[in-house]
Amino acid sequence: MALVKQKKRKAKAKRDKPVVAPSYRARRWFLLSLLAVAGAVLAWRAVDQQIFETDFLQNEGQRRHLKVVEVPAHRGMITDRKGQPLAISTPVDSVWANPRLLSPDRRVLAPLAKVLGLKVDSIRQLLARHSNRSFVYLKRRVNPDLVDRLGEVLKRETISGLGLQREYRRYYPGAEVFAHVVGFTNVDDRGQEGLELAYDQWLRGSPGRKRVLRDGHSRVVKDVESIQPPRPGKELALSIDRRLQFLAYRELKAAVTRNKAKAGTAVILDVATGEVLAMVNQPSYNPNGSKRGRRGRFRNRAVTDVFEPGSTMKPFTVAAALESGNYRPETLIDTSPGYIKVGRNRVRDHDNLGLIDLTTVIRKSSNVGASKIALDLPREALWSLYSKVGFGDPTDTGFPGEANGQLTPFERWARIDQATLSFGYGLSVTALQLARAYSVLGADGVRRPISLLRLNQPPEGERVIGADSTRALRTMLEKVVSTEGTAPRAAVPGYRVAGKTGTVKKSVAGGYSKDRYLAVFAGMIPASAPRLVMVVMIDEPAAGKYYGGQVAAPVFARVMAGAMRLLNIAPDALETQGQRLAAAGRVK
Amino acid sequence: MIKTYQPSGLRESNPTRAEGLLADLHLDLPLLTGLVLLCGFGLVVLYSASDQDLGQIQRQLVRLTLAFAVMFVVAQVPPAQIRRWSPWLFGTGLLLLLAVLIMGQIGKGAQRWLDLGLFRFQPSELTKIAVPMMIAWFLAEKHLPPAWKRLAAAGGMIAIPVLLIAKQPDLGTSLLVASAGVFVLFLAGLSWRFVGGMIITAIPAGWVLWEWGMREYQRDRVLTFLDPERDPLGTGYHIIQSKIAIGSGGLYGKGWLNGTQSHLEFLPERTTDFIFAVLAEEFGFIGILLLLLLYLFIIYRGLYIATQAQDTYSRLLGGSLTLVFFVYLFVNTGMVSGILPVVGVPLPLVSYGGTSLVTIMAGFGILMSIHTHRKLLPT
Repeated sequence: MALVKQKKRKAKAKRDKPVVAPSYRARRWFLLSLLAVAGAVLAWRAVDQQIFETDFLQNEGQRRHLKVVEVPAHRGMITDRKGQPLAISTPVDSVWANPRLLSPDRRVLAPLAKVLGLKVDSIRQLLARHSNRSFVYLKRRVNPDLVDRLGEVLKRETISGLGLQREYRRYYPGAEVFAHVVGFTNVDDRGQEGLELAYDQWLRGSPGRKRVLRDGHSRVVKDVESIQPPRPGKELALSIDRRLQFLAYRELKAAVTRNKAKAGTAVILDVATGEVLAMVNQPSYNPNGSKRGRRGRFRNRAVTDVFEPGSTMKPFTVAAALESGNYRPETLIDTSPGYIKVGRNRVRDHDNLGLIDLTTVIRKSSNVGASKIALDLPREALWSLYSKVGFGDPTDTGFPGEANGQLTPFERWARIDQATLSFGYGLSVTALQLARAYSVLGADGVRRPISLLRLNQPPEGERVIGADSTRALRTMLEKVVSTEGTAPRAAVPGYRVAGKTGTVKKSVAGGYSKDRYLAVFAGMIPASAPRLVMVVMIDEPAAGKYYGGQVAAPVFARVMAGAMRLLNIAPDALETQGQRLAAAGRVK
Repeated sequence: MIKTYQPSGLRESNPTRAEGLLADLHLDLPLLTGLVLLCGFGLVVLYSASDQDLGQIQRQLVRLTLAFAVMFVVAQVPPAQIRRWSPWLFGTGLLLLLAVLIMGQIGKGAQRWLDLGLFRFQPSELTKIAVPMMIAWFLAEKHLPPAWKRLAAAGGMIAIPVLLIAKQPDLGTSLLVASAGVFVLFLAGLSWRFVGGMIITAIPAGWVLWEWGMREYQRDRVLTFLDPERDPLGTGYHIIQSKIAIGSGGLYGKGWLNGTQSHLEFLPERTTDFIFAVLAEEFGFIGILLLLLLYLFIIYRGLYIATQAQDTYSRLLGGSLTLVFFVYLFVNTGMVSGILPVVGVPLPLVSYGGTSLVTIMAGFGILMSIHTHRKLLPT
């Protein structure tokens, strides 16, 4: 202030000069005080903002550039029993926009639209529709090369309000071969079908959270801290053997195509453990591709669709007979004249087979023989055996939409029901249930739970049929797969095969169709000590052949021949090989 | 009283002689020191604001060198010479402003630039000096205080370039040019009654300006200045972000290169108009005080030189140039800290950019010339 005063006085000293106005001094004071006031205002403003309001403003700043974002968790992998991947999550990026920041200018959007493969107008519509929001996906789960090209565009021009979000995309290496079993997830990584849906919680894991630093264009600049790390989902090992699955799929698809069938299903079970080694369906779909308009193909028919088992039911009728103690394989049954009357109804065979033993009832698939046996047995005994091998009983795999099939309680059976049930009409089963029932025959009468997941040790089984009965039954079923039986084409060279055909008239409104059939074959191999059970069902073969022995049995033979080789299972038809070797020796 | 201080006036002039070499070069040491310190501080802040872009620092260094060279050259010219050139410079400035309106380059939505082939030039910058020179020349011709007729004529001389610049549109520069002229009028002895009358008429004049004089975006700026939350994503965004930047600096700041608001690109125009916010965020209240002290020192020295001037023309011009420098500072820091609306005025000698740098330094060159060309009082 002393300085100012001094200056003032100097000015006064100069006032001797005539040009200086008399009001100069007041003027200078006025200006100086104006300066002082302005300077004080600036200083006060700084004090106000930087000392009194600093916490509030600092907080405001942090609210702008710090943000908590979700870190997606890696979804667990699905593998086959050998650890081969069937569903894998790979990190991909989704492109999103902030409609409040992204300019709808055509010049800005044109390069963007070109890279993303979208139309400029559709982007503008999207932005306009969500104009009051700050987040909208432009394109989800883009390929990495597109992200690279987008980066180049962003380097050339400044487009604000655009970002990438890390997500996981599910890939299915098994494509249509595993489509029904594995299922698929939706765009939000949630299971929608198949085991992806059944084990969604297990596979999903929980997303983590982290704090990130964002810049003025809402781009994440760097991670500040991890609040909670993402917990990845757990792996799921299926019981399926990828090699058997591929083999079964290939043969089933070929058979469905060759026979111009509507659909088809095949299931392979491990007799010793109850694990499902293969489960394939036709028609199928590619879970990696677009799923629009393919709804009908999503069904895993092996567990969701039921059908009447037809003649494949007969072994269980015969098993009940053997278990009753009143029947032996050589017990004779008179099937002439090729039909019997049950009340007002008639049960027929194709031919009049006359007086035949139990083995021939199975081998020639006599409806009359099976009916006579069934009618001879108490209803309860028959029902008890059917339900003990699992007809009408859920398979409990946890598969979404799993069907239980239907077996009417014996109290409500009329005599005709008792007769038709014996050859597989009047109840419904899934292919998986039928396979489970046959695996009881293969496991010497022990029933084990079915599993779609790999088991570390075989589960406890429950004996439901006597071992002698099942062994006798297998010998009978081997006759089916012979030149005298209905399924010579199910034979696998070097192995003994036991099985049963079924040619089922499809039930339609008001009765049974005359020209629409299901061709079924259920069998096991090697018959001496069965390792695998396979059920093949072809729905509505329309290329002329429709018998189970013609349409379904060859699928069994081809798949099982490959399976024996793949699983390195020793042949049990040794005499055949011995003879062949001997023949070879003779030629030498 | 007068007798007591007469010798001190003599003593004051002695150091000028003692400065020897600097006096021969017509440079004023305190003013030069203040300017060099301020520009150095500015470069340090710019390095951080530009995200450590050495290219920008280099270009700014080239401009600073050029500006100091201009200052040096102007300082060699005696005030009498400058005074003779005043009307010619003013005339040239007016012609160039007309040329810009007719064939100017459009940049950032306004027609301000004139392409001279080698470089682009902003004629409005020239008038920042030419207008106070012209008014000072015009009023110093006759005895002060000026007569009403002369005042009216001077007012017209100010109004023509101001309106031409406002039409470009460049509100900030027209404001600075107007204040440069008005300061000369005031220093020359504008009667208090007139000043009072101006303040009273300013209110209806403000209303007229609002209704007819302002463009939509200018009105928008004023409205959002009054209430930044009115449009937090649009015009208010600038003010909100810069207030946050300043406030989050606190007492000591976040440290050089550590500002988040600025480096994360929340702060707009952070190397130019809003560089004050970068400084405030990184150096805190202490940094602001240091900057303001540097400015006040320069302004004090400028005013001192003006009071020491030996003729009316020099005194009027020197006072006006220094006061305009203060207006620069006040308008910029005021707008960045949210006490004034956003008008595009850079922080003098600190903001990135060339043209205003050259005119400001030319102004200081004039001040140095005034001070170093004094005839010392005969003993």
